[in-house]
Amino acid sequence: MDRESDPVAALVATVAERSISYDGLSVSKSDGLYTFETTERQVTDLTASALGETAAGDPFVDNWFHWTQRSRSTAEQAFLRWVEHAEERSVPERDAALTSGGVVREWGQLRITATVVDGDRRYELRHSDDRDADPAELERFVDPRKAREIATTDDKGRYRPLKTAPSLSTGWLFPELTGASLVEAIDFFYPATIQNWSLEREGELDVTNWAAAADRQSGIYAMVDELSGEQLEWLTEACCVDSQCLKRREWDAADGEEIDTPRGAGAFPCREPCSVVISAARKWTQIEREDTERYTFELTPSEKDQLEALVAAVADGRIDEIREAEFSDPANRQRARYLRAKRFDAEGSLSTESERPS
Amino acid sequence: MSQQTDEALVIVAHGSHLNPDSSTPTFAHADTIREADAFETVREAFWKEEPSFREVLRIVDVETVYVVPMFISEGYFTEQVIPRELRLQDWDVTDWESDGTSADHAAYTATDTGTTVQYCGPVGTHDSMTDVIVQRARSVTDDPNVGSGVGLAVVGHGTERNENSAKAIEYHADRIRETYDFAEVKAMFMDESPEVDDVATLFESDDVVVVPLFVADGYHTQEDIPADMGLDLDGPGSYPVPGMVDGTQIWYSGAVGTEPLLADVILERAADAGADVAGAIERVKQQTGGTAIDVE
Ligand code: SF4
Repeated sequence: MDRESDPVAALVATVAERSISYDGLSVSKSDGLYTFETTERQVTDLTASALGETAAGDPFVDNWFHWTQRSRSTAEQAFLRWVEHAEERSVPERDAALTSGGVVREWGQLRITATVVDGDRRYELRHSDDRDADPAELERFVDPRKAREIATTDDKGRYRPLKTAPSLSTGWLFPELTGASLVEAIDFFYPATIQNWSLEREGELDVTNWAAAADRQSGIYAMVDELSGEQLEWLTEACCVDSQCLKRREWDAADGEEIDTPRGAGAFPCREPCSVVISAARKWTQIEREDTERYTFELTPSEKDQLEALVAAVADGRIDEIREAEFSDPANRQRARYLRAKRFDAEGSLSTESERPS
Repeated sequence: MSQQTDEALVIVAHGSHLNPDSSTPTFAHADTIREADAFETVREAFWKEEPSFREVLRIVDVETVYVVPMFISEGYFTEQVIPRELRLQDWDVTDWESDGTSADHAAYTATDTGTTVQYCGPVGTHDSMTDVIVQRARSVTDDPNVGSGVGLAVVGHGTERNENSAKAIEYHADRIRETYDFAEVKAMFMDESPEVDDVATLFESDDVVVVPLFVADGYHTQEDIPADMGLDLDGPGSYPVPGMVDGTQIWYSGAVGTEPLLADVILERAADAGADVAGAIERVKQQTGGTAIDVE
């Protein structure tokens, strides 16, 4: 057995060069003899071969091997350890959980269950809303690239331009991913979230605030730097809160100029305004260039309530829930049609008299 | 950050907030290249989708990345947007020494990740794109020998948006004329003459293959161009192949970017910039029908 595949061979070869101290395991060499110590036991004065016998089958050694002798990026390593609470839980605690039912973590709308099967870590991935679903009822996938297709449309078949919108479709299952393929699948569901989360943990997240991001834009988006102050409150309220996007907004208006809109409670950060926000900002910039006018029109109190309810229904994405003939709902379609027939002209405009405020 | 593997390929494309088909060819070609084992890591990145150009380099986490733009011509995106968003230090368009269609590659450091980026010219202006256009003509006619007796129109936007866009169309039309035996080859445009509207009258051949030089299907290729040519359009993307217009049979192929052989152009770009992918190029050509092209 070689040190690539055998934990004991790897341990003996490593400790011949330097001491080991990892997750409650310490192995060191002094005067040609080895000391093997875990939170469970201590064995001293071991020859190299006796060290091998002592280490064989020890869960601390397997843990050390799994986490230190395989090639992973910093982000992948940090994430996979986070998944099984490696920083907070001891090796025996983790082993017990991983071999009986598994350890569960949620990442956006993803639910990850880590287990150990025959000594190898395996990860199950499904939608968090499918937590209680019978696996036999879910469509099964093996190739992590399939995540790209799953992430493309929501449960109603509508295209999802923003990957971290809370509209991930349900009904699928990756029953057995390796660590590397789990990270790959998550990168297709939520691109770059693991890397940015890891950078944030290291204190190295490179946040670009609105001012710098807007300043960088060119072409048709160059105009977005006109938005500021309250407009940025409204913009983030429109796009970035948890009901719209699961990233936690870390960018602000500028250095020292915070945007008060709640940042969100997501696990992973948003480091700069995304392309959807920049594109929306272009529209709002155009609209904000207009001056206000004063309009005069008449509405009954119920009709005013109804207009407010219509805006709320669209803004909250509630349109599809409003039932046919549900006339108690002010955003009901027939009620909207009645209002239009009564108060709007043939062009669909609210009949008004308008004047510019003097 | 630790370095996992030494080299990766990143394909950068426009993408769309509205049309999921916009990124489909990019994903398909990336998959072809993954399956050919050309690079340990292959990743797609988009202007309008995720991962963004801004964040793709941190995902691939390697020392050297070959970046190939899935764009048709040199211009605003390849010269301004992509280098800026990838944070290429000291990017200077003159490093490409391009006349508008000859951008090759140049090396930069990305300021956020420290990655060495071999920034390549767009797929649309690579010589091997000529072969993809012809392969597209073969696919749409289902005739591996299409050429003699048949006209070929290569269609682009025109200069309204970008003068290099027209140059790229003309460049390939010229090459096809020199190398292949189509009866007539013309560069045609959407917003300048010769206009694609006149395809049936400008060609003498009874059969004309029309290949739009676009990376993905969308409004222009699925609605605009077929309608302009006078094809019977029955909803987006729904037109007869071949379709009859004023006595000419029009074989309209849809976007050239959807042709599987385009994966080869991406690899050729990386190879020109020094990537060791000769074996993968052979595998991709075999798989996508490219080995049939031996006219040159
Ligand atoms: S800018 Fe806002 S909407 Fe866009 S990814 Fe960040 S938090 Fe989400």
